[in-house]
Amino acid sequence: MSREKKEIIAMLLAGGQGSRLNMLTEKIAKPAVPFGGKYRIIDFTLSNCSNSGINTIGVLTQYRPLELNNHIGIGTPWDLDRKDGGVTILAPFMGAEGGRWFRGTANAIFENFHFIEQYDPEYVLILSGDHIYKMDYSLMLDYHKEKSAEATIAVINVPWEETHKFGIMNIDVEGKIIEFEEKPKKAKSNLASMGIYIFNWKTLKKYLMEDELDKKSHHDFGKNIIPNMLKNGRTIYSYVFKGYWKDVGEVKSLWESNMDLLKEDDTLNLYDPNWKIYSRNPVRPPHYISTTGKVKSSLLNEGCIIYGEVNNCVLFPGVVVGENSIIVDSVIMPGVKIGENVSIRKSIIMSNVIIPTGTVIEGKDDNEITLVNQ
Amino acid sequence: MHDIMGIINLGEDETAMRDIAKSRAIAAIPIAGRYRVIDFILSNMVNIGMHNVSIFTQGKSRSIVEHLGHGKEWDLDRKKDGLFIFNPYINPLDSSFHKGDIKNFKDQLDYIKCSKQKYVILSRSYMICNVNLLDAFRYHKDSGADITILYKKIKDEKDKFINCDTLNINENGRVISIGKNIGKENNLNISMEMYMLKKDLLIEIIENSISKGETVYLKEAMHQQIRKLNVNGYAFDGYLGCINSIENYYRVNMELLDVEVSKELFYKNGYIYTNVKDEPPTKYTETASVVNSMVSSGCIIEGNIERCIISRRVKIGKNAVVMDCVIMQKCIIEDGAVLQHVILDKNIEISSGVALRGSSKKPLVMMKNQKI
Repeated sequence: MSREKKEIIAMLLAGGQGSRLNMLTEKIAKPAVPFGGKYRIIDFTLSNCSNSGINTIGVLTQYRPLELNNHIGIGTPWDLDRKDGGVTILAPFMGAEGGRWFRGTANAIFENFHFIEQYDPEYVLILSGDHIYKMDYSLMLDYHKEKSAEATIAVINVPWEETHKFGIMNIDVEGKIIEFEEKPKKAKSNLASMGIYIFNWKTLKKYLMEDELDKKSHHDFGKNIIPNMLKNGRTIYSYVFKGYWKDVGEVKSLWESNMDLLKEDDTLNLYDPNWKIYSRNPVRPPHYISTTGKVKSSLLNEGCIIYGEVNNCVLFPGVVVGENSIIVDSVIMPGVKIGENVSIRKSIIMSNVIIPTGTVIEGKDDNEITLVNQ
Repeated sequence: MHDIMGIINLGEDETAMRDIAKSRAIAAIPIAGRYRVIDFILSNMVNIGMHNVSIFTQGKSRSIVEHLGHGKEWDLDRKKDGLFIFNPYINPLDSSFHKGDIKNFKDQLDYIKCSKQKYVILSRSYMICNVNLLDAFRYHKDSGADITILYKKIKDEKDKFINCDTLNINENGRVISIGKNIGKENNLNISMEMYMLKKDLLIEIIENSISKGETVYLKEAMHQQIRKLNVNGYAFDGYLGCINSIENYYRVNMELLDVEVSKELFYKNGYIYTNVKDEPPTKYTETASVVNSMVSSGCIIEGNIERCIISRRVKIGKNAVVMDCVIMQKCIIEDGAVLQHVILDKNIEISSGVALRGSSKKPLVMMKNQKI
């Protein structure tokens, strides 16, 4: 099938299990985990694409894709239901020579070669559906072209003590990457890869094919493709991103990231009408706070009914908090019903859980985040 | 139900709605924080599986067209049937509009005739309720009536339904005459202006009335049938709100602060759908204090709210006090402003220190798009 040529298409890696989120990803893929009182994690990347004018996106799924597929649908919430392009869900498949699961980020792209080729793009943007941030990819593409780079990697300054968790870039004064170290013990810089890459498709194609033949490869962008390109002296630039960016890969960081939204100096800013984050909208009436209800420093969404006290919390649609209940520093996912005289502190309550009257939920100490799924 | 088509007639009396109906039809007035008046009847129709619904506007259709779009939110963007919006035709000779609404229906008779459905539910938009139209329709079919009119029996609520049609019903459930509530009687059968009948009968009524020239209003033509046909009443006993005056508009909004009322209205026989904007959740800051209020999404609340209906994307500053108010979308109430018994139409900015007060009987109404 021939399609209209696209300058750039995005490939969004959304197959991750996110095992460090434990119960949260027992039944759903990490990008489908609810976030911020309305969204799912993947909404940020999809909205960024839509807002950046990138309207051809392949979403690579693998682990427990049902909810994710339902959520994405034909891409209507993100204006990605297009005649030409739009959003396409790419799952592992069988061919005449058999089939297999995607064996790493680079292999996932390699397996979907034919999808990319049909658009004959100049550039391919590689994204992951695991991060919370707002970014204009079109500006990154401008930068990539301006530098005549063969690849550009978005990077962000991370605290020095956390450099061992990231892929770290060492750059020259021009911003050209001279060395890439995956999770170094002693980092030489604190510029971490955000897992966002723009490649010239012709170049990437060559490296993906070579990598596929390499028996020892992990078929991973960070471990194999980027180091191989650097070894061959290819021009790779860093694109420094300033702004809110968080990998919500653990229960603690997911909780923290939700709590960040409640801060006075919240830098993510969900309220910017020029850069809306799209999602599926709930069909529910506005929320209601009763005469006995008290709400402070919190996010509330449609359909919530509050008879108790809510302080420093993020509530998703349809949450009910009974009289004399006190909910503090917690994330309450959609449809949770909390009875009367309940006390919840520093917890994440998963979707549709019913908390009976009189329950007390809190960690052993102040550092523990309690995760409740039933 | 695949065999019923819906016709919503927006020729509604707007004179008592004051400024909020100046630039929009009653059907398009924002209500309950995130809806428009028309959402209720339209959702009631699609909730029983009706998928051919037409809206007959009476001018001022911009906001209604913008709101309904292609009917996607109501699942009415269909290849077969779906949502139709008809505007009145202008007289090409002198650019005038005709009197009455019956000509609108005559002009669209082709659409009505070509529709595959055998039955019609004819309604207006101003009656707010969550009614199971299927129950009413079954009653209509079983009773063998030619026309069934939905009504609500009221006691001591005459003020809420001033100027509404009343049905005089005999012991067999038959409508023997139709009157008007002028506030004299206490026990009344308030007509919901929802009529069920066969499509062919509707066509006949329209054609007869045009050819005889007896009336220019479809409602009058329908009411004239009482003497000739078997017209029945179907009693609805749920919550009914009537948006025919600004006082009633205010009252209905305030009634939604009763959770039992809002639960019934928004959930009982299916959800109420609306054109949803992509708003983030509402943020309450450390200084916010909110009591007995309904608040839509996308707001940032730093001040004090009591007994209010707040639409989407409203900002209420620190130390602002907002009581007994209906605030429509995108209003900004700055620090320290005080509002009581006020209806703010959309996109109004209230500067810091301004105080506005109406009364519970006569709320103050502010026109949209202004800075005070």
